[in-house]
Amino acid sequence: MKKAAKKKTAKALPERWELRLYVAGTTQKSMLALDNLKKLCEQYLENKYSLEVIDLLIHPQLAAGDQILAIPTLVRKMPTPIRKIIGDLSNEEKVLVGLNLKPLKQ
Amino acid sequence: MAIKKPTPANKAVEKVPTGITGLDEITEGGLPKGRPTLICGTPGVGKSLFGLEFILKGALLYNEPGVIITFEERPEDLSMNVASLGYDLNKLESKKAISIDYVRVERSEIEETGEYDLEGLFIRLGYAIDSIGAKRILLDTIENLFAGLSNEGILRAELRRLFSWLKEKGITAVITAEKGNGSLTRQGLEEYVSDCVILLDHRVANQVSTRRLRVVKYRGSIHGTNEYPFMIDETGISVLPITSLQLNNEVSSKRVSSGIPELDRMLGGKGFYQGSTILVSGTAGTGKTSIAATFADESCKRREKCLYFAFEESPQQIIRNMRSIGIDLQKHVDAGLLRFQASRPTLYGLEMHLVNIHKNIDAFKPKTIVLDPITNLINAGLLSDVKSILLRLIDFIQSEGITTMFTALNLNSSMYEQTDEGVSSLVDAWLTIRDIESNGERNRGLYIMKSRGMQHSNQVREFLITNNGVKLEDVYIGADGILTGSAREAQQLAEATGLELRTHALNRKDREVDRKRRVLEAAISSLREEFESVRDELNKTYLEEDLRKQITEKNRAALSQKRSNRSIDVKNK
Repeated sequence: MKKAAKKKTAKALPERWELRLYVAGTTQKSMLALDNLKKLCEQYLENKYSLEVIDLLIHPQLAAGDQILAIPTLVRKMPTPIRKIIGDLSNEEKVLVGLNLKPLKQ
Repeated sequence: MAIKKPTPANKAVEKVPTGITGLDEITEGGLPKGRPTLICGTPGVGKSLFGLEFILKGALLYNEPGVIITFEERPEDLSMNVASLGYDLNKLESKKAISIDYVRVERSEIEETGEYDLEGLFIRLGYAIDSIGAKRILLDTIENLFAGLSNEGILRAELRRLFSWLKEKGITAVITAEKGNGSLTRQGLEEYVSDCVILLDHRVANQVSTRRLRVVKYRGSIHGTNEYPFMIDETGISVLPITSLQLNNEVSSKRVSSGIPELDRMLGGKGFYQGSTILVSGTAGTGKTSIAATFADESCKRREKCLYFAFEESPQQIIRNMRSIGIDLQKHVDAGLLRFQASRPTLYGLEMHLVNIHKNIDAFKPKTIVLDPITNLINAGLLSDVKSILLRLIDFIQSEGITTMFTALNLNSSMYEQTDEGVSSLVDAWLTIRDIESNGERNRGLYIMKSRGMQHSNQVREFLITNNGVKLEDVYIGADGILTGSAREAQQLAEATGLELRTHALNRKDREVDRKRRVLEAAISSLREEFESVRDELNKTYLEEDLRKQITEKNRAALSQKRSNRSIDVKNK
C-alpha cells in the first residue's frame, strides 16, 4: 500500500499536511501529476507534509474509501476539511488555491 | 456489435429477463444481454426502483450477480428503500449476490486542474464486478457526474469509453437518467446508450396520476411500442402488456348457474357459459348488486373461488346488506372461497385499477369475478379510456377462462340505451333490469338483452328481491300493458276468483242437468209402464180374437168333418 515516497517533517509547525495521490499505473498524466505535486510540496510545505501515492491498479479496493473517480486525484486528508484536486496539477495557482495554501483572491 | 444492423432471424439479440412483471413480455424476453439499457424519466417516476429490481431479481431469480453503483443515494438509504419491498440488501451483499458502491461527487470538494480521466471510476466498477462475478450493473444516476465535474469534454469522452468498456465486459447495464427538456435525457446520454431506451412517464389526468412505460427503442429486436401503464406497490413494479390483444381465447361450453333458477331457465335452462362475461345493467336501486351477490354465492357453493371487486360499498356493507335477503357471504369469506377487493375508483388511475385487478386475479386465481359497479370507474378517467380499459380487462379475463359479472348503472331508463361504458357489445350476455312504474308503484323487470351462443327467453320477467334471495316471476301482459307488482297480484287474484266462480257455476249446472235427466227418466219410465199396459190391453183383445177365431175355425172344421162323413155314408149306402 505505501508504495512511494514518504517524507516526515520535523516538528516545526503545528500543522501537519497529509496528502494522498491516487494514480492508475504509470500513465503520463499520473507521472506528470506526481512531478508537479512534489515540486509544489517542496516549495511550499517543506518538511511539513507526508505524501502517499496509491496505485489503484494494484489496490482497486481503496478507490471507494476516498470517493475516487478521476485519475489522478490528490486528496488532502489533513488538515481538514478534506479537499480533492483532480487533474495533472499543471496549474500551480489552482492547486495552491485547492489546497488552501493560498487564498482565492490576493 | 452495437452498430451492426439488425439482421433478422439468424442472429437474434440475446436477452436477459428483468423479472419485472410484464416487462419481459413487452420486450419479448428482457433487456439486451451484455449491452447497456437507458431508463429515463421524470423525477419520482421509479427509475431507480426499476434498476434496483433488475439487479435484485437478477440476483434472486436468475442467479446473475449484480452491481449497484449509486451516485445519489447512500447505501443505507438504498437498503431502507428496498426493505419496504421485502429485499434485504445486506444479506444479499454478504452472500456476494450483489455489490453496492456509492459514488459521491461533491463539487465543492473538488478542484480541477489540467488533464484527467475517469479511470478511478472504471477501476471501482471493475473491482465491484470482478469481486462477485457480476453479470448485471446498475448506474443510478450517472448524470450526477455532470454536476460534480466541470470538464464536460472529458466527461463525455469518458462516458463513451465507459459504455463501450461495459459492452466489452459483456455486462448487462441499466443506466438511469433524468428526462430533459425536449430530449430523452438531460445530458444527452441516449447518444451513448443506444441499444435499448425505456422511457418512464408520470402523468396526471383529472387529478389522477398514472405511471406509464414505453420502449422507445430496442435495437435488433421487436418490442411493444405502446405506452404501458405500470404500478409500483409493495411487490415492486408491475407492467401490464395489455394491448397484445389477440382473439384466440379458448372457449368452454360448460355452463354455470347464475344462482337464480328462473334466470337459468331463461338462459336455455343451464345458465351462462363458463368463462363468459356478463353485464348486468340497470338504474339505481334495481338490485344489480343482489344479482351479483347471488352469482358470487352460487359460485362459492360450487366450491369455486370468487373475487369480488367492490367500487362502491365496503365488504362489510355488502355482507350485511346481502344477509338481509338471505345470502350469507361471510361464511364463504371465512372459507376462503370469496375475497373482496374494495377500493375507491378515484384511489388511482384506471390503468392502476387494471393492474390491480390483474394482480389480484393472478394472486387469488378465481373462477368467477364480480366487478360492482364498473360505472364508478368513469370517475377515474375519461369515457374512452374506460372503454379501452374494460376491453383489455375483458380480454384478459377471458383468456384466463374466468366467468365475470359486471354491474353497470344506467343513468336514464330508456329501454334500448347502451350502457354508459359502451361495453355492451363486448360482453357475452347482457341482463338489464328496468323499473316498471305503474299504479303508483315501482317494480323491476328483468330482460335478457343478449346471450351469445344459446337460446334465451325474450320475455320480461318480474324481478323480486325477497327474504330468501332474488326471484323471477312471469309478468302479465294484458291490454293495459305489462302488469307487475300488486297489479300483477291483483290480476292473479282476479283470475283465481274467476276460476273459482266458474267451477262453482259449472257444478250447479251439472246438478241441474242431472236433476232434469232424472225427472225425464222418471217420466219416461212411467210412460213406458203405460205403454206396457196399453200394449197388454191391445194384446189381450188381439189374443181373444185370435183364440175365438181359432176356436171358430176348429168348430167349423169339426162341423164340416161331420157333414162330409154323413155324405160319404150316404154315398156308401
